[in-house]
Parts: sequence; C-alpha cells; structure tokens
Amino acid sequence: MPAPIRLRELIRTIRTARTQAEEREMIQKECAAIRSSFREEDNTYRCRNVAKLLYMHMLGYPAHFGQLECLKLIASQKFTDKRIGYLGAMLLLDERQDVHLLMTNCIKNDLNHSTQYVQGLALCTLGCMGSSEMCRDLAGEVEKLLKTSNSYLRKKAALCAVHVIRKVPELMEMFLPATKNLLSEKNHGVLHTSVVLLTEMCERSPDMLSHFRKVHKLVPQLVRILKNLIMSGYSPEHDVSGISDPFLQVRILRLLRILGKGDDDSSEAMNDILAQVATNTETSKNVGNAILYETVLTIMDIKSESGLRVLAINILGRFLLNNDKNIRYVALTSLLKTVQTDHNAVQRHRSTIVDCLKDLDVSIKRRAMELSFALVNGNNIRGMMKELLYFLDSCDPDFKADCASGIFLAAEKYAPSKRWHIDTIMRVLTTAGSYVRDDSVPNLIQLITNSVEMHAYTVQRLYKALLDDISQQPLVQVASWCIGEYGDLLVSGQCEEEEPIQVSEDEVLDVLEGLLVSNLSTPVTRGYSLTAIMKLSTRFSSVNRIKKVVSIYGSSIDVELQQRAVEYNALFKKYDHMRPALLERMPIMEKTASNGPTEIVQTNGETESTILDTKHLPSITQPASQANDLLDLLGGNDVVPVIQTTVPTKPASAGGELLDLLGDLSLTGGPTPTPAPSVPMSQPPFLLDGLSSQPLFNDIAAGIPPMTAYNKNGLKIEFTFERANPNPNIAVITIHATNSTEADMTDFVFQAAVPKTFQLQLLSPSSNVVPAVNQGSVTQVIRVLNPQKQQLRMRIKLTYTHKGSPVQDLAEVNNFPPQSWQ
Amino acid sequence: MIKAILIFNNHGKPRLSKFYEHYTEDTEQQIIRETFHLVSKRDENVCNFLEGGLLIGGSENKLIYRHYATLYFVFCVDSSESELGILDLIQVFVETLDKCFENVCELDLIFHMDKVHNILAEMVMGGMVLETNMSEIITQAEAQTKMEKSEAGIAGAPARAVSAVKNMNLPEMPKNINIGDISIKVPNLPSFK
Repeated sequence: MPAPIRLRELIRTIRTARTQAEEREMIQKECAAIRSSFREEDNTYRCRNVAKLLYMHMLGYPAHFGQLECLKLIASQKFTDKRIGYLGAMLLLDERQDVHLLMTNCIKNDLNHSTQYVQGLALCTLGCMGSSEMCRDLAGEVEKLLKTSNSYLRKKAALCAVHVIRKVPELMEMFLPATKNLLSEKNHGVLHTSVVLLTEMCERSPDMLSHFRKVHKLVPQLVRILKNLIMSGYSPEHDVSGISDPFLQVRILRLLRILGKGDDDSSEAMNDILAQVATNTETSKNVGNAILYETVLTIMDIKSESGLRVLAINILGRFLLNNDKNIRYVALTSLLKTVQTDHNAVQRHRSTIVDCLKDLDVSIKRRAMELSFALVNGNNIRGMMKELLYFLDSCDPDFKADCASGIFLAAEKYAPSKRWHIDTIMRVLTTAGSYVRDDSVPNLIQLITNSVEMHAYTVQRLYKALLDDISQQPLVQVASWCIGEYGDLLVSGQCEEEEPIQVSEDEVLDVLEGLLVSNLSTPVTRGYSLTAIMKLSTRFSSVNRIKKVVSIYGSSIDVELQQRAVEYNALFKKYDHMRPALLERMPIMEKTASNGPTEIVQTNGETESTILDTKHLPSITQPASQANDLLDLLGGNDVVPVIQTTVPTKPASAGGELLDLLGDLSLTGGPTPTPAPSVPMSQPPFLLDGLSSQPLFNDIAAGIPPMTAYNKNGLKIEFTFERANPNPNIAVITIHATNSTEADMTDFVFQAAVPKTFQLQLLSPSSNVVPAVNQGSVTQVIRVLNPQKQQLRMRIKLTYTHKGSPVQDLAEVNNFPPQSWQ
Repeated sequence: MIKAILIFNNHGKPRLSKFYEHYTEDTEQQIIRETFHLVSKRDENVCNFLEGGLLIGGSENKLIYRHYATLYFVFCVDSSESELGILDLIQVFVETLDKCFENVCELDLIFHMDKVHNILAEMVMGGMVLETNMSEIITQAEAQTKMEKSEAGIAGAPARAVSAVKNMNLPEMPKNINIGDISIKVPNLPSFK
C-alpha cells in the first residue's frame, strides 16, 4: 500500500475541486484510504492520517472513526504523535463519548513526564475537554503541578484547575493551599492565570470569598501588583501599545471588583489605586480604554466614595463622545448597568444618548433605545417621547415591537395628561401598528374606558384612522371596540377637543361591515367588529340593518363568528327584553398593576375569578413614624401596624383627594378606591349587588370555622377564613361587619395591627356604611402572611359615626382558631 | 469564558474552528454558517460587537470580531469577558501569527492548520486566556516545533536544512568595502638587474 499522502497534498488537491460534489468525492476517497490505513495498524503514518482527518473534520465531514486512533497516538512515545493525538482528542472527543475515559491513564502518565511540553499538552487537553470523572481522578496531579517552580507548567496548571473546579465544584478546597504563593510570582503569565483561578474561586463560593478577604489579605497584594504595573515605566516584554501588560491590569481590576463588592474595608483599600488608574491611563489607544472601562465597572460595583463615582460616570460620558464605535457601545452598555443606582448622574448625558438613537450602527441603536427607556421620567417625558416616536418611525422592524412596548409602558407611568396619552397611543398604533404586542390591545381598551371625558375624542380619532388604513390589526381591533361602545358619541358629533366630524350611522356601519368582509382582517378582528355592530344596535336606530348583518353571519364558516352571530340572533328574537341591559356601556375596569407588557389584565370587565398572581404581599414600605398615633393608642411594643401600600397605578379620579384627607392616617382600612396590587377586590357595585361579597379565590374554603372577633354596642364583626392557594403561609380573612341597632353606622373604618413576625395587608372595604338592623354588611379582606406559623393575634381599631356622634373603639382578637395559622 | 474561536474567509469557508463547549458536529457547522451570516452583513464602520446567534447562546453571548483582509476572526464570549480586552487579544493573536509565519496570509493558515492550532493552544486554554505575551508564546511554540522536527528522522531532513539555513548566523557582509586612507608602505626592494 503506497504511503498515504501528506496533509499538504491533500489540501492542495481539495482546493482544486471546483464544485461541492467534486470536493465531497475527493474527501470520500481519501477517507477510504485513511480507513484502510488505520485497519493496517500502521504506526509510522498514523499521525499524518489523523492530521488529514482533522482537516476534513473542520470542513464539516464526519470524522468519528478517528477517535480511537487519536488515543493510540496519545499513547505513543513520540512528541509529534502525541501532539496530533491530543489535538485530535480536543477536536473530536468530548465527554459524551465513553471512549474519552480511556485517555485518563495516558494523561496521568504524561502529567508526570520528564519533558515539560508533554506535560503541557496533557494539561491543555485536560483543561479543555476533561469530564468530571477525569477531573476527579487527575485533580491531585494538577494540584501538584500548581506548586511547581516551572512557570510554563504552573500557568497551565492554574487554568486546568479552573476547569476542574467548574466541572467538580467540591474539589475547590483542594486547591486552596496551593494558591497561597501564587501571587508572589514574577512571571506575568503565571500571575495572569493565578488571578483567573482566584476569580473563579471567589465567584463560586462566598466562603472562599470571605477567606480571601480576611485571612489571605488578597486586596493589599493585588493593589501592590497593580501599582507596580502602573509605576514601573517601560518594560519591553510586557508592553502593548505603551501600557504595561494591560491584560493583567484588566484581570486584577475584575478580581478587585469581586472582592470589594459589598465589603467596606476592601473598598477602602482600593479607592486610591482606582483613582490613580482612572486618572493616569492614556486613552489614545484601545488598550487604555479597555483598562478605563474595567476601572469604571469596578468603581460602580464596590462601595466607593461619591467623588470616585462621579469620576467614573464622567469617564463614561467622555466615552460616549468618542469617535470609536466600540467605545461608544461599551459606554452605553455600562451606563445601562448603572442607571438604576446613579440615575441622576446618567441623566446629565441624556442628550448624547438620545443622539445615539440616530446612529447607523444597529448594536448602538439597540443599546441607546434601552437606555432611553430607563431614563424616561416625569420631567422629560414629553421631549423623550418625541424622540422615541421619531425613532419608532425610522427604525428596523426588529426594534419596533420592543420600542412600541417600551413607549406604552413609559406613557402609562408618566403621562402628563390623558389627551397626551391617547395621542401617543394613537401615534404608535398608526405607525407601528402591526408590530405591537397582542396583549397591549386589552391594556389600551382599558385605558380608554377609564378616561371617561376623552371618549368622544378618542372614538373620533380612531374612526378617522380606520378610514385611512385597515391593515394594522391592533389598531383595527381597538378602533372597532371603541366604535361599538361609543358609537353614539361619534354620530352625535360631541367632540370637545377637536373639530367634530359629521358621520352618519350608515357610514359607521359601512366601515364595520367592511372590516368583516376584508381579507386583511384576522378572525379575531372579525369577532371584534361583529360584537361592535351588535352593541350599536342599542345605540343606533337602524336596528334592521344590524339584524340582517348578524343573521348572515349565523352561517359563517368561522366557528367563532358563527357562534357569536347565532347568539346575537337569539338575543334579537327571544331575549329582546334583555338586550339593552346586556349591551350597556362597559363600566370602568379595575386593573392589576402592570409592571411589564406581559401582565395579564382583565379583558372585558367581566367578573371572572381573577388569577391569584404571585405578587402577593407588598412589604411594609412606609416608615413606622407615620403610624405613630396607632402605636400610641395601642401602646404595643411588639405590634407593628400594617400600612397598605398604595400603588399609584391608574390615577382614579377621586383617589387623590381621599389620600390627602387620610394623610396622617395612612394606615389600612381607609376607604380608598386605589386598588391593592394583587387581587382586585372591589368589584363595580351594580354588577355584584345581589351577590355576597365572597373573595373570588379559586380554591375551596379550608374548612376553618368562622369566629366572632368583636361584638359591642350593636356592632358585630365576624371573621371567616380561607387559605390562599399558591402560598400556604397566607391566611385570608374576610371580615363581615353588621349593625343591629336602628341607626346606620357611617364612615366606618376598620384598622388592624399584628405582631412583628407577621405581615398584613388590608384590601378595600366594600363600603363604609354599615346599614342598620342587619340589613346588610360591610366586608373587607385581610391577608396575613405567617411564615413562622406563630399564633395569630390582632389588635383592631374601629371608628364610625353613629347617630351623629363619632365612636372609636379598640379591641384585641386572640381567639383565632388554630387551623387559621397552622 | 470564551466559547468558541472561529476564523473564516469572506465566503464563509472555515479556516480554523475551536469550540470550548460541547456541540455536535452538525451544530458546529451550523454555528459557523450562522456566525458568517451575521458577521458578513456588518458594515465596515460599525462597532465590532454583536449579539450571538441563536445556536450559540443568543443574547447572553457576544460575538467580537475583527476583519483583516480576507479573513474574519470571531471570538464568541460570554459576559464575564471584557469586550475591549478581547479585541486586544485578537490583535495579539494576529500579530503572533504574523511573527510565526512571516507576513501571514490566508494560504499560510490553510496549509498549516495544525501549527495555528498549536499557537492558539499556547494563548487560550479551556476557554480562558493563558498567555498574552507575544514573545513568550512564540518561544514556546517554536521550542515544541523543534522537538517535533528532531523526531522526524530522515523524512524531516529537507525541513531541517531549510530551518538551519534560516537560523544561520551569517555575519553581515559589508556592502561597501571602504578601506579609506591606508598608507601602504611599499618596501624599497632592490631592483633586479
């Protein structure tokens, strides 16, 4: 059998191939030759064959039949063979093949070889693809090599140790003694890899971290090394563009960051050196900027003094103005990380950031967009929104969805006026309508419903937009919903904000019917428009036309449409007396706090049993000083009053003033209409009049017996219990207050306080008038978080006005049944 | 941690591919193709950082690349690496290759794939930076190459001869033999008569 061709020949041959098929053919022929050569167990040419196999592997052809050959090469005595063998092992083998375990013995022998290069090869391979079994077996050898004086091997052993720790974290302690002397090396390679090893150990285990801080006194050592690097002047062997070993400097800065985070002493020790690096580093080349960037990140993460922080943000500001795109990108990324903590400092650079929105580079645009959203606040909302809307118009489609959701969020949080809010939404819907996320449609509908005075204006604008363009589905859906609800306002031409347009009922119905038949409408949109047409039957007078439309769709192919149409038909025929009531205007919807576009909001104001979302208990945010009066009254020292967190979601109109009235009594129980951020308890009254106000939790009552908490002067308060489903530590208590006297009790306020180990949340009461002679009751829901399962005790305070005179009373409730808190 | 180092040319043909995390062979090829797509679309004057493609970890990983003549050098890293530092590392890598191959070009990388791997192994090990000092890397790589050559036996004779001539320390031949002003004393020889 002739000698197999050299790698070079093979490469030359392959390069002459003109088509993919030719190349494949050549490679297959060569593979066959290689396979037969392997079968012959030829030692001399094995390494040549494996080298060729690796080349073919890189081009993408299967090479797994060479795995065992690699092992044979590793076991050979020749350095050349070993080198190719190990390279092949790294490229072809990984821990998923069982074959790799056969390497363990070879590596063990090679780790103790006399030639340092062979030892180096073994360490390299172990460090690249060693599995956890291999690492466990060979960790001892690696640790031995970590203590050797040969710097070439020591640095490789350090990185190998990092890999071992990543695969088998329990072995970390084994390497601890060897790390003592690592930093006293002169060789920069060893220093560099030692810092990497120390970084890995500190990141993985907090015990190691505190050990290194206190026992090992790592920070002074690192500061010393860094100082030497900066002050030492020109050293030809470590110099990169005029700076002495920038890679090592960056690594040390990163380790300092980890050591200094959250620790005052360490941060103190490194303040000086950080200031020195920040001011002395040259910024003309990329290396200088890399060091500065790392320094800034470190300063922001540790507990640095404020002067240093200002310096860091200024450096970032300078980066933003740099011509080099990389630097600007890096500056934007770090500003994004710091905007939460140092908001004001970053605000100063707002105009530069907004300019970056217009940059041509996609990566920079994305970063600038995220940062802009983070910087929006109540003061700059108008200006920022203008820029962001302009950006939305001109940006790539990938950005539009994120940008649109961001704009909605920002608008919701900081809108200066309702009209502005609606205008902004309209603008987004008309420009980027098809990219808007699906769940923003219900959000918008709810927003529109709540801004009562803007209904006419909104529906008019939406109608006009619909006339222009019916291809953007979210816009069409919102518009058809609004026309359905407020069509009468549209036709009567009542708009105050704008010139009212003259629209007749037929025109409106034309538009809606057009939506139904258009090819551009999705099934969901068709559903919306059919329902809208139906609603108009109570608001418009041309009922016959509507009846006709509805009956046509009773035989539609789309099952959803068909069902709706048939039901509406039935409404016309058999249940015509119910039609006006059913199709009345929607009430104002309560809303769960939306923290992001993924929040699910009630859809059509129906009283569905809401999903108990996981954000149950807001913690006590306001300081106890505001609750001084209750504390004084109760005189309790272990009782912590509960403060209801008033989350400012929708500025519901009356809420603001009532909050002011209750200013000093910012305690629970105030009849504030602002909803609690979790379960929306207060249902609109006219829908729930007949129903008993049971909390709408979707689990069963836990069978805990109700108890009477207070019964005095004709006022009786009963507690009923339930367990909140997802969290067994939360007990839900509903209080029922009834009044057996002949006069009503008005301005009824119920307050409660619990011991410190509990957390309590009071939701809004159903009303604040307890009608006389037990004609009705006031209910309120209390949620108690009891993580330590201690016995529940409560102090309650009641205030009300009875027969014209105010009454106040305090009581302690101790007779909770054991099941309620266990 | 560096997840992968890829070198490919302007048409997407891989010249070097080293993965520091485990992927199947198919996935590796797909990653190379995807990375090529992402990187080749970039303009010349935009920044050198990209979000990683879906196959290689999506938005947690970044692609840091540099374009030299006909080759793209792409390092795929996660968030623990400094982006500007990796840019410098790519520069050091290319300069090292340049020193080892003398004015390196794409053909050198094609025909000496194993040598490039060896140099890379001296710089990056297990996804982490091992050595950044150029002269140190070159010294080690060349020492190992010498070891290989010494084992090669008679087949390596031509290669050894070539490197012997390259390393021969010929004293510099002076270009101008400038004797200058030497007074040559001519002895007074008796004339033959």
